[in-house]
Amino acid sequence: MSDDYILQVERLHLERGEQEILRGVTLEIAPGQVYGLLGRNGSGKSSLAYTLMGCAGYVPSAGRILFDGQDVTHLSITERARLGLTLAWQDPARFEGLKVKDYLSLGLALSEAEGRAEGMKEPLRERVEEALAAVALSPLTYLERTVNDALSGGERKRIELAAVYAMRPRLAILDEPDSGIDVLSLDEIAHLIRRLSEQGTAVLLITHRDEMVPVADVAALMCAGEIVRTGEPQEVRAYYARRCRPCDVSELVEPPGGSYERL
Amino acid sequence: MSDFEAILKAYERSGGNPHFLKSPRVASLVVSGNRVLGANEVAGVHLSSEELPDGVRAKVVVEPGVRLDTPAHLCFGVIPKEGVQRILSEFEIGDGARAGFIAHCTFPNAEQVVHLMEAQIHVGRNASMKYNETHYHGEAGGVEVVPKAQVTVDEGGQFVTEFALTTGRVGKLDFDYVVDVAARGVAELTTKAYGYGDDAISVKETIRLNGEGARGLAKARIAVRDRATSQVVGATEGNAPFARGHVDCVEIVRDGAVANAVPVVKVTDPRAYVTHEAAIGTVDKKELETLMARGLDEETAVDVIIRGMLAG
Repeated sequence: MSDDYILQVERLHLERGEQEILRGVTLEIAPGQVYGLLGRNGSGKSSLAYTLMGCAGYVPSAGRILFDGQDVTHLSITERARLGLTLAWQDPARFEGLKVKDYLSLGLALSEAEGRAEGMKEPLRERVEEALAAVALSPLTYLERTVNDALSGGERKRIELAAVYAMRPRLAILDEPDSGIDVLSLDEIAHLIRRLSEQGTAVLLITHRDEMVPVADVAALMCAGEIVRTGEPQEVRAYYARRCRPCDVSELVEPPGGSYERL
Repeated sequence: MSDFEAILKAYERSGGNPHFLKSPRVASLVVSGNRVLGANEVAGVHLSSEELPDGVRAKVVVEPGVRLDTPAHLCFGVIPKEGVQRILSEFEIGDGARAGFIAHCTFPNAEQVVHLMEAQIHVGRNASMKYNETHYHGEAGGVEVVPKAQVTVDEGGQFVTEFALTTGRVGKLDFDYVVDVAARGVAELTTKAYGYGDDAISVKETIRLNGEGARGLAKARIAVRDRATSQVVGATEGNAPFARGHVDCVEIVRDGAVANAVPVVKVTDPRAYVTHEAAIGTVDKKELETLMARGLDEETAVDVIIRGMLAG
């Protein structure tokens, strides 16, 4: 089975403090596949992303993460990245003094070291420029800029995606790449995701915007730490729009004549 | 290898370009130990020097109104493993002049070297002086460096300086600059240092904004790891109407290192305005994990973050 999937997550549980954040998450992603994970804020999507990447404080209490058939559940972030797994954060980090061109070069260096840059004959600078162009940013304007507060949130987000693109990972986890991005730019993000897929990168697209779902090959719905539905993107999208309510229903006034249905 | 060639090699290792020290079109001064190995004047810039038993006394005068297209290059070094070098320097930047200086202080083989610098700097009315000083102390940590400067900036003058000791060991650094700024004058002090092993860093930056509308920025970027220590005192006084000052200190601390920051703000005129910010902490978790998610190991990621902070 592992030949068919780049990522297999088996009954993954995560506890933080007294709270159970992930409750037996199971999912599979094939190479080059775009897997759309929908869910409201607080449903556990970002926690799943951090757990898959191996971030500090996100050690699962049970379950396994298999990457290309290898159990990576207890590997470090670096080890996972060197296998070809990476993450684009929802709110990307700011780096004082680190120029965009140097930041993008980090991912390129890894792709070369891991042999994923085969066939890429262009010099480093050209490949950095290509990554910027892939997220619709002008190299002339951005190469020498610093990845800090002088960039807007949207600009940093695009540069984060460019860094992922440059890295040529085997699986990219994109945590809400559409947040803080204007509606017109959603098409550009969708286009980038397709480009990643075409270059062989599988994408775990985490979003709460159902209009992003059509870019996915398969979609799933997450609710209260569980994946509650998996299927065709349009079907899951329709179900999400029709049935999903904010996770903490206790804070809501019940609708007249009934109550919110637990998905 | 001649002494001059040896110091040029050390200069290059500290980040300098030896070409400038040989060019007749660039004002330059080369000092090794207590010997002046080279001095080149250009139009409007006068250099004089005197060898002392333990160092050199040097005076640099930039005539009023002179605009230096290419910065003057200064090289101070001690090549042997041991030695004391005392530099007594005086800079006079004439009214309306504009001059930049790039100084490299290099002690590549130091095991027990003391470098003392005492500078008197006068920036005339509407004149501008930029002074960038980069140090390289080798890898043994056997250097004690004590740079001290008294700076006076006249009306409308500008003094901008950056001191960087971010490659190799620090050893012991005791940095102390005091700047008095007259009306509409500007002073910007930036100190950057990266200490490890048992390095000890002490930085004191004082700006006294004495004239109406004077402005000042005292900035420090320090990183310490292992058992290194740092103490940063950034002090700014607002002593005149509409003076504006800011103290900005960021320190990254790792391992068993210890960092202190003491911003001192004093205002004696109610129309002056002086602010400060100081942050000490370890490397930001998200920055670290982002770089690791690009494949860097933790040690390299920390280094990239620290060097970025020091470059910023």
